[in-house]
Amino acid sequence: MLNTERTPITGKRIQLMATCLCDAFYDDVAAATVQVLEHLGVEVVFPEAQTCCGQPAFNGGDWAASRKVVRHTVQTFAGNDPVVVPSGSCAAMLFHGAPLEFEKEPDLPQVEALGRRAWELADFIVHGLGVTNWPGRFDATIAFHRACHTRGTKSSEAALTLLKSIAGVRVAEFGEPEQCCGFGGTFSVTFPNISSAMGTLKLEHVRAIQPDVLVSPDMSCMMHIAGLAAREGKPIKTMHVAQVLRDAIGEGTKGRKD
Amino acid sequence: MRGQPIDQFATTLPPDKRASVYQSTKATHEKRTKLLFDQFADPNRLRELAGEIKQHALENLDTYLPQVEARLRANGAQVHWASTAEAACEAVLKIMQARGASRMVKAKTMVSEEIELAHFLERHGIEALETDLGEFIVQIDHDHPSHIVRPIIHKNRREIATSFEREGLGAYNDDPATITRRARQYLRHKYLAADVGLTGANFVSAESGRLVVVTNEGNSRFCLAATKCHIALIGIEKIVPRDRDLAILLNLLARSGTAQELTVYTEFITGPKAAAQPDGPEEMHVIFVDNGRTEVLAGDCREILRCIRCGACLNVCPVYRQVSGHAYRSVYPGPVGAVLSPLLLGEKFPQKADLPKASSLCGACNEVCPVNIPIPDLLLRLRHRAKEEHVPSPGSPPMGAWALLASQPAAWRAALAGGKLLNYVPTKLIPVPALQAWAATRSLPEWRGGEFRKWMKQRRTKGRRD
Repeated sequence: MLNTERTPITGKRIQLMATCLCDAFYDDVAAATVQVLEHLGVEVVFPEAQTCCGQPAFNGGDWAASRKVVRHTVQTFAGNDPVVVPSGSCAAMLFHGAPLEFEKEPDLPQVEALGRRAWELADFIVHGLGVTNWPGRFDATIAFHRACHTRGTKSSEAALTLLKSIAGVRVAEFGEPEQCCGFGGTFSVTFPNISSAMGTLKLEHVRAIQPDVLVSPDMSCMMHIAGLAAREGKPIKTMHVAQVLRDAIGEGTKGRKD
Repeated sequence: MRGQPIDQFATTLPPDKRASVYQSTKATHEKRTKLLFDQFADPNRLRELAGEIKQHALENLDTYLPQVEARLRANGAQVHWASTAEAACEAVLKIMQARGASRMVKAKTMVSEEIELAHFLERHGIEALETDLGEFIVQIDHDHPSHIVRPIIHKNRREIATSFEREGLGAYNDDPATITRRARQYLRHKYLAADVGLTGANFVSAESGRLVVVTNEGNSRFCLAATKCHIALIGIEKIVPRDRDLAILLNLLARSGTAQELTVYTEFITGPKAAAQPDGPEEMHVIFVDNGRTEVLAGDCREILRCIRCGACLNVCPVYRQVSGHAYRSVYPGPVGAVLSPLLLGEKFPQKADLPKASSLCGACNEVCPVNIPIPDLLLRLRHRAKEEHVPSPGSPPMGAWALLASQPAAWRAALAGGKLLNYVPTKLIPVPALQAWAATRSLPEWRGGEFRKWMKQRRTKGRRD
């Protein structure tokens, strides 16, 4: 299943899946997501029982373990409201990965139903709500890393539409944008040599255009690229799309931008 | 710490080899993309269509295989069926022996690599000479191909010149034109002396029984022009329903594989030489090889059999670019090989169950595949199979405890709070292999577990937007 068969947006209320990465490391990205959605008049519900989308075990081949987590997620996000996720990767897990590992399971219909309600943030704003212009101002040259899990979806295109519409933003192209940053979830720790080499290559391309900030719809890629840069002793500034949108309109805490 | 074989291999690949594999795959990938998008309004739709054609053919092989056999026989060819590599090798040997033949010239065929035909024939006193320049160099070096389309992507011209000198093909000279001329001179005599010419086929039309063979060197044409007997060794998945399907497949194959509009030679072979033709094989044999394909077809990764061996997924793959082809320990390397190679092993799947793990699942392979194979999904299915078959996976973090945590909200929240220890304890002192593997080259961001939940709660209590 791809995210082409989606339940149309009717109301103005969503459920937020903050993602485990934001839960553990990037609270400001989740906060920015809330602020951006509320700015658009969307009521944000945060189901407290949420944990993770189940992707680590799914990618690792342990589908029994992953299904356990997905079942919990299906329960946690009960209802009919869209589920909005500030991550192309977790969104793809909901609408593509989970149905794949449930194809022989009796509760596949419930999993697919959640998949049809799942939206990556920028995709939701542009294609769900029909917003293509972002107000405010953000003075920066942005390098945009599209994040591999948005391939085959309209998320990257949506994020770029929003970013480019902001006054002051200049999106600069860097080399080999289609190449992966090397994170790949557990790949980053089971194949540390290859993963790091891929990340270093990405970092070289990004540094070559000297952006003010590297922006992505996925914090996992940012964690990898920024982690490599920091370890080299030459940190780079990274932001999530949601943080740029939020800062452009001057909402709330212009806090941590990691 | 013992790691994944392919990751270990990456550390042993000399930097100059990595650099040349990277440069050459990158250049081909970029040319391929430009060509497709410059020339077609919607190349992705073409890839989907080509995928549908191949998928249809695969799912109806029970119809198309008898049909193609009948057509080939009507065209004057003899048809053989080989269910295993051994049977395929034996079939070739039998044909050679029946003719009293001892010299074969071979055009490039992946399936002959797969069944290790040249070695088998050598053991039976038959010379089986590779005539594709790259494969020829692999052969004289007793090496293995490292790319589906460019078997010597891992070699530079200085190494080739040294090999040529060693083989008595002239004094050291690493000028590419000289190397090519010397190979050509050597091979011309071999063609003329050969008894049998062996080719593969990129496609076989069930409608007409036509074999299609594409090359850039014309060597398959020489193999056929100079010999009296043609053997075509073909995997059963090469069938396409109709001749007209070739239009889309040939257009995609050359562009995807070598960034050409069309390969230099595209041969349509309908049978042995006709009475009116002065040259060409009087005898033609087609050997259809199964060698595990039927089992793949019966499983849940059958889409991999759509593959038309263009190598585009290798060229774009960030992992292949880091490790080159030999890392995959298989005839088929790269993303397609990571799926196909373990599958073709059948029960011996565990021997190569690590291959599907060597991927960040970035999806670039799927995005360039001319027959739109969902390679990442297939890699995932094979990872699942490896888990089900309890194949050990060095370095993979165990997921059982994590799943328990992630399905119990209270435990999850406690872990989020507890993780703050990471901010105070030096990473070196935490004996978690995954953390150590991460921290070797990357720093961890500050642990802020539960902070967002607090913020959200406060915001709701205040009941206002700040």
